[in-house]
Amino acid sequence: MSDPQETSDPSTFLSEIIGAPITVKLNSGVEYKGELSSVDGYMNIALEKTVEYVGGQVRNRYGDVFIRGNNVLYISQDVM
Amino acid sequence: MSDADDTSPIQEPLDLVRLSLDEQVFVKLRGDRELRGRLHAYDSHCNLVLGDVEETIYTVGDDEEDDSVKTIKKQSEMLFVRGDSVVLISPQAQS
Repeated sequence: MSDPQETSDPSTFLSEIIGAPITVKLNSGVEYKGELSSVDGYMNIALEKTVEYVGGQVRNRYGDVFIRGNNVLYISQDVM
Repeated sequence: MSDADDTSPIQEPLDLVRLSLDEQVFVKLRGDRELRGRLHAYDSHCNLVLGDVEETIYTVGDDEEDDSVKTIKKQSEMLFVRGDSVVLISPQAQS
């Protein structure tokens, strides 16, 4: 296993992926792909260069977007 | 530089909303509703006060044969939105 210091807790993971391309899936099934600009303790998320996918199809594009944390199912770091 | 300085960089997600004060925003709500209007006020719950709002409601046809999506539009001068129905807030670049 990796150094326990590296993978200490979930918020450490979130702060480490700031600036990286991510996918956010909401409870509704809608997905957002973009660059993570910030996260807070409620799991509110700010994304840049965001693309919205509904049922796998591109539905919308946003420059910047704020997502309210209660809607979040998961946050995934995209493979580059 | 104070916290309220609207040129300060984004450090937490709500800063994006702060930078949208008095600007046009797009808001996606639960229940297939969308709002476009000017953001007058917000708080940490995402309660919002919007002015000159256009609400778009997406509904599917109510009988079995008709599954087409219909849109209903409503205009409001001023609207208070309870934060728990907010999904997404995006600043709208003005064309």
